[in-house]
Amino acid sequence: MFAKAPSHSTALGPGCAGPPLANPQQLSSAQASAHERGSHQPSCGAAPFAVDASMLRSTGSQPHKHTQSPYVTGSSVLAITYAGGVMLASDTLASYGSTKRYKSVQRLVKVNDSTVLGAGGEISDLQFILNMLDDLKTEDYCADDGQSLSSQELYSYLSRVMYNRRNKMDPLWNSLIIAGLEGGKPFLGSVNMIGVAFSDDHLATGFGNHLARPLFRKRHRPDMSEEEATALIREALEVCYYRDKQSINKFQIAKVTASEGVSISEPFALPTKWEYKAFVDPTRNAVGVW
Amino acid sequence: MFRNQYDTDVVTWSPQGRIHQVEYAMEAVKQGSTAVALKSNTHVVLATLNRADSELTSSLQKIFKVDDHLGIAASGLISDGRSLCKFMRSECLNHRYVYESAMPVTRLVREVADNAQVCTQRSWKRPYGVGLLVAGHDKSGPRLFYCCPSGNYYEYLAHAIGGRSQAARTYLERKHEEYPDASLDGLIGHALQALSASLAEGELTATSCNIAYVGRDQDFKELDEASLQPYIQALRDAEGGDGGGGADGAAPMES
Repeated sequence: MFAKAPSHSTALGPGCAGPPLANPQQLSSAQASAHERGSHQPSCGAAPFAVDASMLRSTGSQPHKHTQSPYVTGSSVLAITYAGGVMLASDTLASYGSTKRYKSVQRLVKVNDSTVLGAGGEISDLQFILNMLDDLKTEDYCADDGQSLSSQELYSYLSRVMYNRRNKMDPLWNSLIIAGLEGGKPFLGSVNMIGVAFSDDHLATGFGNHLARPLFRKRHRPDMSEEEATALIREALEVCYYRDKQSINKFQIAKVTASEGVSISEPFALPTKWEYKAFVDPTRNAVGVW
Repeated sequence: MFRNQYDTDVVTWSPQGRIHQVEYAMEAVKQGSTAVALKSNTHVVLATLNRADSELTSSLQKIFKVDDHLGIAASGLISDGRSLCKFMRSECLNHRYVYESAMPVTRLVREVADNAQVCTQRSWKRPYGVGLLVAGHDKSGPRLFYCCPSGNYYEYLAHAIGGRSQAARTYLERKHEEYPDASLDGLIGHALQALSASLAEGELTATSCNIAYVGRDQDFKELDEASLQPYIQALRDAEGGDGGGGADGAAPMES
């Protein structure tokens, strides 16, 4: 068969941009050797996951460089299930270090008709992930059989990609939440930069894990109405906004429901109140101050 | 077939616009033993005929489980069938690894067909000599495909391939309206009827045929001899009941 143009480096595996194989006879050319014993290249899996050791070695006098730290980052993403749908929320900030550099970056993205991806962490890595997901979508479109990847399948795919990249010591520096409807039931899955993946009724990434999830644990029910869910999400956003300095008051909420599919709101601001005593004089009553 | 100057390789057209090598490959499918497949709204059933050359040998395995949700019946050059089966297993396994889900039947069949097509366009290759009936169940329900050495694939409600399969197809066409609502037992009954219609001589026994099925909430499963016996018995009873024609014994197990 004609080798399909891979979306990622055949040498480094899924999610790895990089040079092609140093020794292509061994691993590519599905055309010539697809049926020789042991050399079959599946359409997914083996080819993108195979590693060409020579590509991992340093090139010339320069060492092989990997992402050591993120540069432009997004903060928390929050997600909850409710009766008949899922809801995600995040702000639209991309920080450059501590600088609030880009204030209108959409971090909730529609992946297909039943799935939304929410991402924190390095924004360029997010864009790279979105390119890969776009390739998957194109494959579905080209197959023209009316089938597309479900949110659970995308969650599985992304967890493989993230884990694969961390094993290359070159992680994609993101925390991801995949949300959608799986057979009519709400589904939430979370994958982080080292490939830890789990699914739950409510999820949050980054600071949201510490600030929003306690609220969710207390208040979330799977049978919440959409109004209740919106109220809970807005409250959690407010809590995150007050306490996370790497956030701005410009949020988006995404929903996936059976009736309306994916909808992502326009950015909006929450009413805030900064006159609380603890905000006005944060060190009052603290130990060791006067 | 007739020898001519345009059939020595697969990349030469005949003036009539035919690729003789590909047509020969499709003839090879007819050299195999009969394989029958049919589906209802919930299940797909595969049935093959065993043709032991000697009393001292076992017969070739012609039904292969590819994955929990999918299996194939091969007719023609079974060694080619095994090679394709290995390919399909590998594809399904990798799909499960990456997506943690069963590979859609349509996608797998297309991969197989793409493979077969390459062999019809390369001078140093030969087309596969095997026809595959692919039975599977995925999110879209039960699916039945026939993969041809030419690289074409067709979706069927019911189909039979291999030697003397015309008789089986005639039976399948005559009864096709009953299949969508048939029970699993009913489908197996129809499969055996079709199979016995294609028999040259003798009667169908539990050792001379194989049955496998897959369906909603039912992993691909091949029946062993003991569990096949009741179906054979029902077939006998039905044949005895209406004078051996077998035409009314459509769903012998449903009574």
